Amino acid sequence: MQPFTTLNGLVAPMDRANVDTDAIIPKQFLKSIKRTGYGPFLFDEWRYEDRGEPEMDCTNRPKRADFVLNQPRYQGAQILLARENFGCGSSREHAPWAILDCGFTCVIAPSFADIFYNNCFKNGILPIVLDDAIVDQLFKECAAAEGYALNVDLDAQTVSTPLGQSFSFDIDAFRKHCLLNGLDDIGLTLQDSDAISSYEADRKQAAPWLF
Amino acid sequence: MGQTLFDKVWQQHVVKENDDGSMLLYIDRHLVHEVTSPQAFEGLRLAGRKPWKISATVATPDHNVPTTDRALGITDVVSRTQVEALDANCEEFGITEFGMNDIRQGVVHVMGPEQGLILPGMTVVCGDSHTSTHGAFGSIAMGIGTSEVEHVLATQCLIQKKPKVMRISVNGALPAGITGKDVALFIIGKIGTAGGTGYALEFAGEAIMALSMEGRMSLCNMAIEAGARCGMVAVDDATISYVKDRPYSPKAEEWQKAEAMWRELYSDADARFDAELVYNASEIVPQVSWGTSPEMVLPVTASIPDLATAKDEVQREGWSRALAYMGLKENTPIAEISIDKVFIGSCTNGRIEDFRAAAAVVKGKKVAANVKLALAVPGSGLVKQQAEAEGLDLIFTEAGFEWREPGCSMCLAMNADRLEPGERCASTSNRNFEGRQGMGGRTHLVSPAMAAAAGIAGHFVDIRDWS
Ligand code: SF4
Repeated sequence: MQPFTTLNGLVAPMDRANVDTDAIIPKQFLKSIKRTGYGPFLFDEWRYEDRGEPEMDCTNRPKRADFVLNQPRYQGAQILLARENFGCGSSREHAPWAILDCGFTCVIAPSFADIFYNNCFKNGILPIVLDDAIVDQLFKECAAAEGYALNVDLDAQTVSTPLGQSFSFDIDAFRKHCLLNGLDDIGLTLQDSDAISSYEADRKQAAPWLF
Repeated sequence: MGQTLFDKVWQQHVVKENDDGSMLLYIDRHLVHEVTSPQAFEGLRLAGRKPWKISATVATPDHNVPTTDRALGITDVVSRTQVEALDANCEEFGITEFGMNDIRQGVVHVMGPEQGLILPGMTVVCGDSHTSTHGAFGSIAMGIGTSEVEHVLATQCLIQKKPKVMRISVNGALPAGITGKDVALFIIGKIGTAGGTGYALEFAGEAIMALSMEGRMSLCNMAIEAGARCGMVAVDDATISYVKDRPYSPKAEEWQKAEAMWRELYSDADARFDAELVYNASEIVPQVSWGTSPEMVLPVTASIPDLATAKDEVQREGWSRALAYMGLKENTPIAEISIDKVFIGSCTNGRIEDFRAAAAVVKGKKVAANVKLALAVPGSGLVKQQAEAEGLDLIFTEAGFEWREPGCSMCLAMNADRLEPGERCASTSNRNFEGRQGMGGRTHLVSPAMAAAAGIAGHFVDIRDWS
């Protein structure tokens, strides 16, 4: 996993509440057995006129001009600005894989669905929760200024605007540590193998039918 | 101070508490299906890791399997590759799998309880958000992502922060015709799809405890649609008798010991909750969703909302987009909405009681002329077998329904069963998101009896008036 430290990135606004993972990556792409290659299909039904199929070449597909990610000014964006309850619905990790594959490493929203939020960290994406009013302000600033970029500093836990305004955000210490260092948490958990084994030994006494 | 049901189960599974308050939580049961597991097995292989406890994990393919004649195999190459990858991974790692042609195959959340793989007080995970279903057994059951599937395979643990606990009580007796599905939709309509975010839900009260285990499963299944990661119901006689004598449930002396422990799984009278909501069962009317989020739901007696009544700009925008997508107009009575297809099945409503309820409605009647397709898709091979033993399949086929092989089917349309653009469906599944049942498809979530009645009438009807 790529570590996440700081990012100065172009912002793309996704101005809808309750964006679900079916919209982020439609189900036909869940048939792939790979972790990569989902980027061109991110928001597929909103992004293209036709129906996308896995493995398809997207270069010549008809695009919906009004869809935000198709607008030239947002090409190369690395920060996705979103509304409340982003990532609700299914647990598919294909959603963060598609977001990452499309070049985004940070999503800012007033709230996220639990599983999606969690899945982001496993893939080196930083999901940031900011107050509704702040997110609203960022949407306005982003619409007003072409090339609008935000500066994210994970260590300092801040998001700074081009005008120098800075907002701090909360993040779990453990998740922050893993993200800053690009750590695979399976390896970390396996350092606790003895604790797991001794838990199992006790549990086997109390509830033998589980073993 | 007393403990909540959630706290009791949680506490029994903490392996270790980290400095930052996160915990290493032991996982008793891991269900696996073909869609969210291939990358996890690949991860294990690449890191040279082995599953920690093979017997904890049981797999079955469900999302991609055809619901028509299985003898032909899976014709869609991509779907077939994924199902074959599951077969190969289970074989390689020694994991029990109920393959496509096994009578026990089915939607994971139907298969698990049916086999006695889900027991009270367990921690249960699956790479699928509707894992919340299993909270019906007084277990903590959570959907996880693929990285966590790999984490659980490798360590039998998950790193978790303890969520807050919310109790939702429904007091009094449910009126006739009101099911666990209606209760679920009613609650989501009240608290919204983010109302449960950050919480574990406990469903309580007379109306909930009067539900059958299958009704409780339908309810807990949809806890995720309220934003909660899990929903639970306390253990009582219904739980114990459902679990007894299932293939994987404990036997003889172990059963005695287990039952004694399970009987403790309820919230103590003086337990404190982080939030509490109370509803009255008598106010629940059969529910029909009208929009593109499960919170956009109304009693069948109501009309599509007027945009002017939205609480704010964001909601008005959402409603207006939903109406456009759904091809509906403000103030239309729900009962005037006609449908093109019916889907009865899924992990919400693909169990035997669901088919009994739907069959009772369609018996001796015919599907309306405007309904192009009515599908009855059992949740598992065993549900199918049971329904056939009761003659339900004939009731459905005589009414003009198609009786299919078990799987997820048109709940998410990953196989050939889907809506065409613009088609409207009365569906017993759990999500009405844009494109969920097929690109451009329009989903209305309802209970099995309501879906069946809509199929016969050709439009939504109040099941309480059905004769
Ligand atoms: S039936 Fe539907 S909701 Fe349930 S597991 Fe299958 S696809 Fe998911």
